[in-house]
Amino acid sequence: MSHSRDLSRSPAAAGSGTRETVHGHEGLQLEELLLFEIDNPGATGVDLPEPGTFTARLGGLERQGEIGLPSVSEPEVVRHFTRLSQKNYAIDMGTYPLGSCTMKHNPRLNEKMTRLPGFANAHPLQPDATVQGAFELIDGVAGWLKELTGMPAIAMSPAAGAHGELCGVMAIRAALDDREGGPTTRRRILVPDSAHGTNPATAAVCGFSVDAIPSDSRGRVDVKAFAEKLDDDVAGIMITNPNTCGLFEPDMIEIAELIHEAGGYFYCDGANFNAIVGRVRPGDLGIDCMHINLHKTFSTPHGGGGPGAGPVVLSEALASFAPVPWVVHGEEGFSLVEHEADAGAAKPFGRLKGFHGQMGMFIRAYAYMLSHGRDGLRQVASDAVLNANYVMSSLSDVMTPSFDGPCMHECLFDDRFLKDTGVSTLDFAKAMLDEGYHPMTMYFPLVVHGAMLIEPTETESKRSLDDFIAVMRALVDRAKQGEGESFAAAPTMTPRRRLDETAAARQPVLRWTPEMPTAEAAE
Amino acid sequence: MRYLPLTETDRSAMLARIGVASVDDLFVDVPDSARFDGQFDLPDHMAEFEVEQRMSAMATRNITTGDVPSFLGAGAYRHHIPASVDHLIQRGEFLTSYTPYQPEISQGTLQALFEFQSMVALITGMDVANASMYDGATSCAEAVLMARRVTRRNRAVVSGSVHPHYSTVTETQAKYVDIDIDILPPDLDGSEDLSGKIDDETACVVVQNPGVLGHVRDLSPLAAECQEKGALLIVVVTEAVSLGALRSPGEMGADVVVAEGQSIGNPQGFGGPYVGLFAAREKYVRQMPGRLCGETVDADGKRGWVLTLSTREQHIRREKATSNICTNAGLCALAFTIHLSLLGEDGFRDLATLNHARASQLADKLSEVPGVELLPEAFFNEFAVRLSRSAGEVVDELAAQNVLGGVPASRLFGKGQGLDDILLIAASELTTQDDMEALVARLTEVLA
Repeated sequence: MSHSRDLSRSPAAAGSGTRETVHGHEGLQLEELLLFEIDNPGATGVDLPEPGTFTARLGGLERQGEIGLPSVSEPEVVRHFTRLSQKNYAIDMGTYPLGSCTMKHNPRLNEKMTRLPGFANAHPLQPDATVQGAFELIDGVAGWLKELTGMPAIAMSPAAGAHGELCGVMAIRAALDDREGGPTTRRRILVPDSAHGTNPATAAVCGFSVDAIPSDSRGRVDVKAFAEKLDDDVAGIMITNPNTCGLFEPDMIEIAELIHEAGGYFYCDGANFNAIVGRVRPGDLGIDCMHINLHKTFSTPHGGGGPGAGPVVLSEALASFAPVPWVVHGEEGFSLVEHEADAGAAKPFGRLKGFHGQMGMFIRAYAYMLSHGRDGLRQVASDAVLNANYVMSSLSDVMTPSFDGPCMHECLFDDRFLKDTGVSTLDFAKAMLDEGYHPMTMYFPLVVHGAMLIEPTETESKRSLDDFIAVMRALVDRAKQGEGESFAAAPTMTPRRRLDETAAARQPVLRWTPEMPTAEAAE
Repeated sequence: MRYLPLTETDRSAMLARIGVASVDDLFVDVPDSARFDGQFDLPDHMAEFEVEQRMSAMATRNITTGDVPSFLGAGAYRHHIPASVDHLIQRGEFLTSYTPYQPEISQGTLQALFEFQSMVALITGMDVANASMYDGATSCAEAVLMARRVTRRNRAVVSGSVHPHYSTVTETQAKYVDIDIDILPPDLDGSEDLSGKIDDETACVVVQNPGVLGHVRDLSPLAAECQEKGALLIVVVTEAVSLGALRSPGEMGADVVVAEGQSIGNPQGFGGPYVGLFAAREKYVRQMPGRLCGETVDADGKRGWVLTLSTREQHIRREKATSNICTNAGLCALAFTIHLSLLGEDGFRDLATLNHARASQLADKLSEVPGVELLPEAFFNEFAVRLSRSAGEVVDELAAQNVLGGVPASRLFGKGQGLDDILLIAASELTTQDDMEALVARLTEVLA
């Protein structure tokens, strides 16, 4: 492996006498090879009993030859993954102000609850009578979500936010087809230009074309432009509320009336429900469906990119098109409707996932809901909004907020304050890494230039916000003092400096191979 | 409230800095008619121990595979998970980090994903694998959509060997994008012949091995036929441990392998979250769905990893993306990777052998029970049997006697499909001789 790190570029190293170490470690910052590179044939991390006498019945299809998996003992595996973990930033370590991602504290009680043997060891296809507790839990989470949103129905199975979008838009498609007695002629979905990329992508995989609605100068949906697009080929509208600029859409009720008058349905992207939970019931706004990212509002851990969960609440108009399965409560307790043939009057559009949904996430979310209660959840929204406004107010004099007025749970800045400094949004974010912070969301939403979207969440203390604000102000100051070059070189103190993404994409190396010589392989 | 750090003093000071009198003033954009100031029909906050008491009571109302002999499978399997797996995935640096979009401070997640992709490619016998999907069923659906992109053909043939959740999820995902899906009836004797079904309009053939009823088949002839007609062969694996014992789908000629990875490192957990595996031939890499982690170098020339080829993905391409997927199953993929690391080459193969041995021993014992007919001749750790009575009733009666006897085929395929007397029975390394004796004894009574 190459150890050609240019220490002259590292301010911390200047004059400190730092030198190359034997294995590239730098104090507690430890280099770690691929597991394949510490392969030690003959070693193992498991002990298994002998199988005893048995008749082989593999039909002559036994695997021949080596698979190529590495052989490593348990202590080496534990050390390997512990070292890898230490190369990650995490909420447990500090502020993680990724706008729109809601990186809040993940209570460990939730982890403990999902590992209760009565949940962890439950097989999804056990007889109903043996899993009444599991059904009760799903029913409980469904009840909380319906109550908090003021919506009459829910589909629990979607595995993530985008999967929830798929569920909602498919329900819209099924309702339109049902109404028209065949494939709908309404094939256009309206999506604001500030939307998450998943919105247009979802509309496309449900067979709709996407028509962008411009944002107005206040960062909201331009209602006039929206109204002009309404026609008898419009299937619906997808709006994120609060939107990706961190602003509440004040015209939601009018938009709902207009889309319904035009014969379409209203999809609300609930990615930012964290900002309004307990204070606004989306059902009161006239929406037809909304997914809820349990890994955002209800604090199931992001886990380095999943798993999530994205249940979808539905209006009366869409309820009967929800996908199988669902839990029902009858005289003999809870049971499950798993097949279209058993759905009675309902007309499920199909099935979105194996089994019944992200049960482990339901359990964590339920622990979170019970812990907060109705009073605590309202406080969640209040504190999330308070924290974001505190950050915005504390930075407005040195950075450039994109829109006037208070924000909701996240505040949006653009890069006007970096004009003439030679520092880009990306450089600014990379400099934050050296200060020990995960950056905010960058270059999203697309509606402002060089966007910086900061979402502190309600689980940051005032002290941690003050620390964050101090860092941001110091960085702005450095940028304005003409230290652009140091921003371009950042980060210098992280486990890796900027990585060559172009090289990675030009000739992709997506797996280890025995011939792989280490760093040269990416050249 | 233990998770909310702000005190009233903090809040007052912060409101003063902002210049408003109350938090309500920050919600000015919310119209009065949309503000909810009533009381929800929900409880107030609880102490940690109160939550624990309440949820533990719920959990104990389940009788699970950890309490009584269990022979359930059909896409979710009971395997031992080494203690270090669950310990490592609960390290906060893994558990509480986001998708590794900032690679400089996410090398841990990224390197683990690179190892995951490498391992998935190796065990499936494919060139490349992605960083995981939601689960096996959604992975299958995405593979069919990919086959359409690759072949520009609109027809998919789904074998009767495929788990009904997989085929219905695929059918659902395909219905609004004009793909014709032909799902064949269940294949009871494992002799299904697809040769008449494939023509030059077929985008792909989806087949499961071992099949949902347990049959293990050589897919090489089917692969050859697909290749001749220009259709992709998509092989579904619902029990990932089988890949340690059987010739890999790649060796048999698969173009895409989609699998459920739950068996390795992840609990049954009443159905999720699980981890979908997606592996393919290298030539399809730019058409693949989901995240990919790739190797590169940093500004100092040190090896490192990044998410790559993201121009396929929704956050860049929006409505032109290969898939709408954003989240994957990161932490479940990590559990898979750690468990497979512990197993290693020999452990993985030995675990598979042990699973097959237990199932074969169980099949021998069940063959002696009057009213039980073993269906597949070749199987891995699960097989279908035909009973002399309704399998659903038998399973309920066994459960009443504290044996989870298996999955009735009608639970998967629906009632009235001619499968009411078919039961799926699975074994694993955790199946003891006592478990087997319990099933044989209870089943003998119930069928008498």
